[in-house]
Amino acid sequence: MTSHTPRLTPRFRMQWEEAQQAWVLLYPEGMVKLNTSAAEILKRCDGSRDVPALVADLENAFGASGLESDVRAFLEVARQQQWVAW
Amino acid sequence: MGGLVIPTARPGPPLWLLAELTYRCPLHCAFCYNPVDFARTSADDELDTEAWLRVLNEARAQGSVQCGFSGGEPLVRDDLEVLVAEAHRLGYYTNLLTSGVGLTEDRAEALKRAGLDHIQLSFQDTTRELNDFLSHTRTFDLKQKVAHTIKANGWPMVMNCVIHRLNIDHVDKIIEMAVALDAEYLELANSQYYSWALLNRDQLLPSREQIERAERITNEYRETLGDSVRIFFVVPDYYETRPKKCMNGWGNVFLTVTPDGTALPCHTARMLPGLTFPNVREMSVGEIWYESDGFNRYRGDGWMSDTCKRCPDKEKDLGGCRCQAFMLAGDAAAPDPVCDKSPAHRVVRDAVARAQLPGKVSSAPLIFRDPKTSRQIAP
Ligand code: SF4
Ligand code: SF4
Repeated sequence: MTSHTPRLTPRFRMQWEEAQQAWVLLYPEGMVKLNTSAAEILKRCDGSRDVPALVADLENAFGASGLESDVRAFLEVARQQQWVAW
Repeated sequence: MGGLVIPTARPGPPLWLLAELTYRCPLHCAFCYNPVDFARTSADDELDTEAWLRVLNEARAQGSVQCGFSGGEPLVRDDLEVLVAEAHRLGYYTNLLTSGVGLTEDRAEALKRAGLDHIQLSFQDTTRELNDFLSHTRTFDLKQKVAHTIKANGWPMVMNCVIHRLNIDHVDKIIEMAVALDAEYLELANSQYYSWALLNRDQLLPSREQIERAERITNEYRETLGDSVRIFFVVPDYYETRPKKCMNGWGNVFLTVTPDGTALPCHTARMLPGLTFPNVREMSVGEIWYESDGFNRYRGDGWMSDTCKRCPDKEKDLGGCRCQAFMLAGDAAAPDPVCDKSPAHRVVRDAVARAQLPGKVSSAPLIFRDPKTSRQIAP
C-alpha cells in the first residue's frame, strides 16, 4: 500500500463535537467516537498523501518517531470498517 | 453509541434527536409504531416551523449530532426542506425515515440541496391486501421510482422492511426486490410488539420455524450476494430470554420529540402511567434532558425491582424496556417480561406458544392503523 493515498470514504463525515470533546465519524444513523490518535490519522486521510508522507507528517507534528507500524495497523482496520479507501 | 448509565453521574448528552414531525401518513400499516391514540394529535396541534427550528438549535447546543426526521410520513410536512437545511447548517448528520410516498424528484433535489445526508426507505404494506404487498405492481413501481431518485442524488440506498408472520415466508422475494432496486443495505426487522403491532400481535408474531427458515434463506442470499448488499436480520425479542437494552438506556442517548412537542426518552414512552413528559413549548431541551422528572425517572438503577437490582446482568440490559414491562406486566418498573427471570415471563411464553400453532392464530381481523380506528379505540 506504499504508493496509495488513503482518503475518507464519502459515506463517513468526520467532525469535532464540542459536547463530547472528541472527533467523531458520522454515518447513516450512527456515530463512532474517535480517540486522539485515530482522529489525527484520519484527518490526514484526504487523498493528498501516501502512507509514508502521512507518517512523516504525523511524526513531524508530534515530534515522534517510529509510528509507521501503528499507523499501518490502524489504516488496515479503518479500511475494513470502510472508513477509508485507497 | 453511548455507554452505561452511571446512577450518580450527570447523564451524557442527547446524542440522537428524533423529530417526529407529524402523525399524518397516507399508509395504514398494521404494525405502525405510532401510538394507538395518535388521532388525538391533529395537524393543528403540530409544532410549527419556528418551534421545530428552535428545537433543532437547542438540541444541537446540548450535543445532539444525529438527527432523524420521521413521522408518520415526514414528507407530508411541506417545511421539511427548511428543517433539514437548518439541521445541516447546525452540523447535524441528517436522516430521513420515509415510506417514499411523496418523494418526487423535485423534493428529492430540494432535500439534497438542503444537505440531507441519508434516506432510509421502508417497504410498507401499502395495500390492505397483504398478499398484494409484494406482487402489487403499484408498490413496486413506486419503490423503483423512489429508489432511482435516491440513487440519482448520490444517497446510499438503505431499505428497511418490517417482517411479520404474514410476510416472513416471502423473505426471498423481499431480498430480490431489494437487489432489483440496487439497495446497499437491507434491514429485515421483525415487528416489535408495541402500539398497533401489539393489537395485532397474534396475527403478526411468526412461529419459530418461520423465523429459522427466513434466517436460513437470508444467510444463503448473504453468501451469493457477498458484499454488494449488506443484510441485517432482527429477530423479535419475544424469542429471546434476555431483554434488549432498550434505547441504549432510558434518557441516555435518545431524545424523541413528538408532533405536538412532547419530549420522550423513546417514541412509545408516553403510554407510561404516573409520568408527565415535558413539552418543548414550555421547557428548553437542556432542562428537559437533565432536569425533568420524566427523563430522570428510569435513569440509574434506583427504580429497579429487586429482581433486576440484584441481577448480575443489569448493566447489560438495564432491565430492558419500560414500555414492555408496563404493557405485559402492568408495572413500568418491573423487569421486561422478555427476561426469563421476570415473574411475568409467562405472558411472553404464552404468546410464543400460540405463535407455533399452524396457520392463522387468531380469527380476529387485522387492525389497520388509520385515524378513524384510532378515534374508536382511544376517543
Ligand atoms: S408505520 Fe406505516 S402507517 Fe405508520 S407511520 Fe410508518 S408508514 Fe405510516
Ligand atoms: S432480571 Fe432484570 S437486569 Fe437481570 S437480565 Fe432480567 S431484565 Fe435484565
